Amino acid sequence: MTLIRHTLYMTLRHLRELWRQPWFVAVTLIQPVIWLLLFGALFKRVIEIPGFPAHSYIAFLAPGVVVMTAMFNSAWSGMALIEDLNRGVTARFLVSPVRREALIAGRILKEAVVVVLQSVIIVLLALVVGASFPGGAAGVAALFAVSALLGATFGALSNGFALIMRQEEALIGAVQFIVLPLTFLSSTFLALNLVPRWIAHVADFNPVNWAVVAGRSATSANPDWGVVAARAGFLAALLVVCLAFATNAFRSYQRSV
Amino acid sequence: MERAIEAEGLEKTYPKGVKALDGLSFSVAPGSVFALLGPNGAGKSTAVKILTTLTTPDAGRASVAGLDVTGQPDEVRRTIGVVAQGSGVDIQATGRENLRLQGQIHGIRGRAVEQRADELLDRFGLSEAADRIARGYSGGMQRRLDIAMALVHDPAVLFLDEPTTGLDPEVRADMWTEIAGLAGGRGKTVLLTTHYLEEADQLADRVAIVDRGTVVAEGTPEALKRELRGDAILVDLDGDYNGAVSGALAGLGAVREVKVEGRVLRARADDGGRAVPIVLQALETHGVAVASVRVARPSLDDVYLKYTGRTFDAAEAEAEVTR
Repeated sequence: MTLIRHTLYMTLRHLRELWRQPWFVAVTLIQPVIWLLLFGALFKRVIEIPGFPAHSYIAFLAPGVVVMTAMFNSAWSGMALIEDLNRGVTARFLVSPVRREALIAGRILKEAVVVVLQSVIIVLLALVVGASFPGGAAGVAALFAVSALLGATFGALSNGFALIMRQEEALIGAVQFIVLPLTFLSSTFLALNLVPRWIAHVADFNPVNWAVVAGRSATSANPDWGVVAARAGFLAALLVVCLAFATNAFRSYQRSV
Repeated sequence: MERAIEAEGLEKTYPKGVKALDGLSFSVAPGSVFALLGPNGAGKSTAVKILTTLTTPDAGRASVAGLDVTGQPDEVRRTIGVVAQGSGVDIQATGRENLRLQGQIHGIRGRAVEQRADELLDRFGLSEAADRIARGYSGGMQRRLDIAMALVHDPAVLFLDEPTTGLDPEVRADMWTEIAGLAGGRGKTVLLTTHYLEEADQLADRVAIVDRGTVVAEGTPEALKRELRGDAILVDLDGDYNGAVSGALAGLGAVREVKVEGRVLRARADDGGRAVPIVLQALETHGVAVASVRVARPSLDDVYLKYTGRTFDAAEAEAEVTR
C-alpha cells in the first residue's frame, strides 16, 4: 500500500511538472507527427519492392512510429533525475521514508502517460492520412500496451544510468549510442525479409523489435495473439530487470555522496 | 539519559581516495543544539550524510534517537528532519506543493497535511508566496521553505547542514533566531554544521571542532574559549621602557606570557577584567606611563588555531586547493 501511495505521489509530481511546461508538451506531442509524415513520405515507395508485406507504407509504419516514439521519449527520462540529483531533491527524498521503488516508478508512470498520449495522436493521424488498423480497438490497445511497456523499460534503464553516471553529457551520449541503432536494427521502417540476414537475427533480440512485431501483429487483419503475448512477456520480464537495476542504482549514487 | 545522537569512530573514504572521516566521535544530549564546526572539507557534511542515512560509513557506528543508522535506516528516517547543504526544494513546484509532498511521504494525509502545510507556511512567513513556484523565491525564502519541509512531520532530531551558508547577513540573523527557537522552545535536538565561528558560538550549547575528519576539541563555546590560556591583555605604553616593564610584572601571579614589542605590552590572564587593575597598578608603581589598555576575549578562531595549528582562514584556503 505504501509503495502504491508513494508511487502515486511521485507520478503526480512529475505530471504536474510536465503540465507546467506547455511548450515542452507541445513539442513532445508534435514530434511523433513529424516522424510519421516525414518517414512516411521518405520511404513511400518501398512497398513497390517485391516481397514487401504491406500495401500501404503509412499503415506499415504507424505501429513502428508508435513504438519508436515510446522509446525516444522515455530514454531521456533520466535527464530530469540528474537535475533532481544536482538540486538536492533526490537526496532529500532518500533521507525520508519514501520507497526507493516509488522514486523510479513515479517517473516511469509519467513516461507511460506521455507515451499513451503520443500514441493516440499518431494513430489518429495515421487514420487521417489513410492508414487502417484492421485489428480494431483491441489491436490498437495492445499496441499502446507494448509501447508503454517498452517506454517503461527504457525509462527505467535511463534512470538507472542517470544514477550511475550523474552527468548529463554522459547520459546524452549513452542514450544516443543506444537509441538509434536499436531503431534501425528492427522492422520499424523496413520489413525484415528485405534486410541483411544478420540484422534480422539481431532484431530477434532487440526489445524495440519485440514491441514493433507485437504491435504490428495486434493491429493487423489477422492478429497472432501468441506472438503478441510472447513479445509482451519478454518486454515485461525485461522491464522487471531494468526496474531492479534502477532501484539498485540508488546505492551507487549513495556511495558517491 | 539516552543520547539523541551518537557517533563512534566513524570512518569514510570516498571512491577517489579522499579520506573524509578519520575516526569521528561525538554525542549529543536530547533537546540541545550541537554544532560541528570546521572549515570546508573537514568532514562535517559527510558526518551528517551518515547520520541521516544518505550514505554509510566504512567503519564505526552511529545512532540517532537510539536507532542504529545502518541497521535501522527506515526508522531513523521517520525520526529525523534534514536540511541539506544547498537546498532540497523542488523549484518547479510551489512552496505548498513541496510541503504537502513531504508531509505525504511521512504518512500525513488529507486535511491534516493541508493544515500542517498552512501552519508551517505561516510560521516561516511564506503564506503569501505559498502558491508561487519556488524557482522565484529569494535565497532566504528557499532556505525557510527548506527548514519548514524538514519540520513537516515534527521530527525529534533535526540536522542542519550549513543552514546559513550563502545567505545575506540580515537573513542569516533571522535564521539564527529561528534555529535557536527550535531547540529552546520546541525541545528538538539540533545538529548543525557550520564554518562560521560566530554561528557556532551564538547557537550551540556544545561545539565540536572538526579537522581532517576527526573531532579535535569539544565542549561548550565558553569552555572551549576558557581553555585557551585566558584573555589577551594589550597595553599601549606611553614611551619606551623595555626592561623596566618586564621587571614590573615579573612577580605578578595574575598575568603570564608577558611580552613587550616596542610600545605594546602583551600578556595573558585567566580573567582579563580582574587582571587589568593589577597590571595598571604594578606599572604605575614602577613609573611606567600607560596610554591605553584593551582586553581581547579569545574567539573560537583562537581555539581552532590552538587545536589544529592553523588559522581557520588558512584551513579554508587549503580546502579550496585540494578540492
